[in-house]
Amino acid sequence: MSATVDTRQETAGGPPHISSRRLTERVFRVRESGIIVVWIVFVAITVSIEPRFASQQEAQFILANTTIFALLALGETMVIVSRNVDLSIGSVVGLSAYTSASLFGKTHGIPIVVVFLVGLGIGLAVGVANGLMVAIGRVPSLVVTLATLYIVRGLDILIVGGNEVVAQTLPNAFIEIPRAGVYGVPYLAIAIAVVIGIGAYYLRSYRSGRDLYAIGSNPEAARLAGIAVGRRVFTAFAVSGAIAGVAGVLWAAQYQTVDSNAGTGYELTVIASVVVGGVAIFGGSGSAVGAAIGALLLQTINSALYVLGISPFWDQAIAGALLLAAITLDRIISLRLTAALRRRSAGVGT
Amino acid sequence: MGADGDATGPGQPDPASAAGPETPATAGAAVPGVPSPEQPRAADAATPDPATPADPGPPDSSSPPGPPGSSGLPGPPGSSGLPGVSGSRAPGGPLLSLVHAAKAFGAVRAVVDASIDLHGGEAHALVGENGAGKSTVVKMLAGVHQPDEGELLIEGQAAVLTGPAAAQAAGIAVIYQEPTLFPDLTVAENIFMGRQPLVAARRIDRRAMRAQAADLFERLGVQLDPGRIARGLSIADQQIVEIAKALSLEARVIVMDEPTAALSAAEVARLFDVVRTLRAAGAAVLFISHRLEEVFEICQRVTVMRDGRTVLARELAGLTADDLVRAMVGRDMPQRATGERSQPGDEVLRVERLAREGVFIDISLHVRTGEIVALAGLVGSGRSEVARAIFGIDRYDAGKVTVGGTELRKGSPAAAMAAGIGYVPEDRRQQGLVMDMSIQQNVALASLARLRQGGLIRSAAERAFATDWAQRLRLRYGRLTDPVSTLSGGNQQKVVLAKWLGRHPALLIVDEPTRGIDIATKADVHELLVRLAGEGIAILMISSELPEVLHIGDRILVMREGRLTAEYSHEEASEEKIMSAATGQLEHSK
Repeated sequence: MSATVDTRQETAGGPPHISSRRLTERVFRVRESGIIVVWIVFVAITVSIEPRFASQQEAQFILANTTIFALLALGETMVIVSRNVDLSIGSVVGLSAYTSASLFGKTHGIPIVVVFLVGLGIGLAVGVANGLMVAIGRVPSLVVTLATLYIVRGLDILIVGGNEVVAQTLPNAFIEIPRAGVYGVPYLAIAIAVVIGIGAYYLRSYRSGRDLYAIGSNPEAARLAGIAVGRRVFTAFAVSGAIAGVAGVLWAAQYQTVDSNAGTGYELTVIASVVVGGVAIFGGSGSAVGAAIGALLLQTINSALYVLGISPFWDQAIAGALLLAAITLDRIISLRLTAALRRRSAGVGT
Repeated sequence: MGADGDATGPGQPDPASAAGPETPATAGAAVPGVPSPEQPRAADAATPDPATPADPGPPDSSSPPGPPGSSGLPGPPGSSGLPGVSGSRAPGGPLLSLVHAAKAFGAVRAVVDASIDLHGGEAHALVGENGAGKSTVVKMLAGVHQPDEGELLIEGQAAVLTGPAAAQAAGIAVIYQEPTLFPDLTVAENIFMGRQPLVAARRIDRRAMRAQAADLFERLGVQLDPGRIARGLSIADQQIVEIAKALSLEARVIVMDEPTAALSAAEVARLFDVVRTLRAAGAAVLFISHRLEEVFEICQRVTVMRDGRTVLARELAGLTADDLVRAMVGRDMPQRATGERSQPGDEVLRVERLAREGVFIDISLHVRTGEIVALAGLVGSGRSEVARAIFGIDRYDAGKVTVGGTELRKGSPAAAMAAGIGYVPEDRRQQGLVMDMSIQQNVALASLARLRQGGLIRSAAERAFATDWAQRLRLRYGRLTDPVSTLSGGNQQKVVLAKWLGRHPALLIVDEPTRGIDIATKADVHELLVRLAGEGIAILMISSELPEVLHIGDRILVMREGRLTAEYSHEEASEEKIMSAATGQLEHSK
């Protein structure tokens, strides 16, 4: 994604190397369309075995699950692109889901907007804490967010105790959020698709977005280029946290029953989605759109296995296998690309 | 000899004089040549005279008129050009000067008294041996280090560069031997990172960015696709990207730190075309190279550094390569007492036609008991890599290594150790010591098998072992249980030596044994090495310090660009000979 932009319109700039540019372009385009191809093949195989899979109900179910993961993947993409990782998002989803949803039971008639703001605030607070420790404390993000993963989950268990939020306490307008839609497509899915589009566009076309790629690609060079590395990384964590907070509220609206287990393990699913979606795990390349498609693929597999009556064990095993495939593919592409580009520059250079 | 031959100031060694011991250059020697408005003639007649920027003779006639919206790129002479440069070229005034600068790192005085004047439209060579202080000067110009003494003048105004960003803002760009780019981003984005051209709503204008990058490349006269990602670019192309970035930043002073070290001949030729273009546009280029023939090809002025001082600063016209080599090495030579050396005995190490693709080739050497063989050469000539291959840390593609008549298994440090090789690496802090462990533990580290009883290390045995070696090596320490990080550099080196000596090695490989060590301990280490040789250990020493090589080496092998180029006995070796072999002047003068 990072290198694919509008090269067709611009041929006057550098005629000599069009072929090599096409090569890069093609490989990057393949990287995202490749996931779509895998998705289509997978859906086709499943439908041929079990035609019930091609139902509107099933599609809605997959879409509903995907929205939350795709949204989380947007924040995680920002973090991973900058060569960091945010493991705390699953716990943030849980804490935000319970805290926000329980507000309906405590304060009757509380505006839904306020509930969302509370969720966002919780996520932002954790994100800011992560960001400060990584950017200023110079602690590796893997350690920082692993710590906050446990701390926030602990806090969640402490607050929830043995309680749970049940559907009866939630207002209808709230429950309707993930369900209302046109032609079976939830408004929420559309809204989140737009948000992801905006996020991807920001990462691609704004200096501060490009800074994240630069930091992930070569942190030392980023510092030398005068990029405010600390501030950018901090912002990425704050945004990722805030997104996880909002996703928690959506989680409550989607599943309605919230106990202290909500969102457990989501961070790994999200990271898997992001990597399967073509974001390099060590930063520097990939897009939020690819990450969202990765989330769609994983959720589709999840549902398909359920429909096919295959043990949920296979779900996780397949997710793991996909992850390995994605990383292997990345490595092969990167090696091939480097070799191809090197050959080309050698050919022209002499 | 050029018309300005007298301008170099007092104390300047006469290039024609013999190479004998010379008084160390005084501060007076650092007086730079008086700038002359018409110096660069002889060295580079092929290019238009850069002293007359109004001269209509574009080096790159294909350059289009200035790009729309471009930020003051240097155009061909005669066009708008570099605004800051042509406007500021008061007759003869240097763009950038370093005046009597000094810089010390702890006890090591890297630069004692360096002065250098960079003029617009000139390529200026900075030459000197390894350790002469060139890199420190570069880092002072780059804003990485601030001088302890002396000052930096930008167009005659005193300036303090607080960091790389400040140097960049002041119009100084540094191109390192291996640039650091963003491998995942496009070439254009690498050039304009953080300064991308914008359109409405502060969005990045990619087309403009590519067009501007393409324009920069056109001005530089190189073909490079701005739209490709930087991953896979050759080092030469990476440097071009950095130079394009410097141009886009309106840099007026471009420092190139050994840019040609990793380039092929064709790439060097292209780089030189770029340098000529920059010069013609009025920029000052500081060119650091060990290849003197390149200096003569591209530069108009030269500054020679030796032992942290500027010892020669003048126009290049009229000088010969021999003059430069003499200025680089001429110094008081500490003479070694040779009487106490034992005669070398049996052969311990034999290396036959060792080769590793792209790193070194056809390396054959041998080391006998009681002999110190010094491996000299420039940094990057492949010496350390040969040592690492012998010890089994790195692989090699061809050849064989024999120790005491038995062929050594390749790629196995354990086999090398079992065969009696000890290896003291160049970077003792990273590779030679466990900094947080105690002196005692570090000394015992390579001999644990002998100190073990029933699987456990006996602390008393470890202590006795360490005490013994500490005394033998005259280690200065507080307690043996102190972390080794509390010791001075010289004493740390002794700990590394003790660690290996505890194994009674037949062959000791030492890489830069006295780097970063103060003078007194240096002498200690030298004495120790000579004593060890006297006890019958074979020693292969890699060193970039010629006095050290000449001082304790029984035989001296010289490497250049991955090959052995010369071998001298202790008696016949001299700094001039070694430097000539190391810089390729041997072939040059043939």
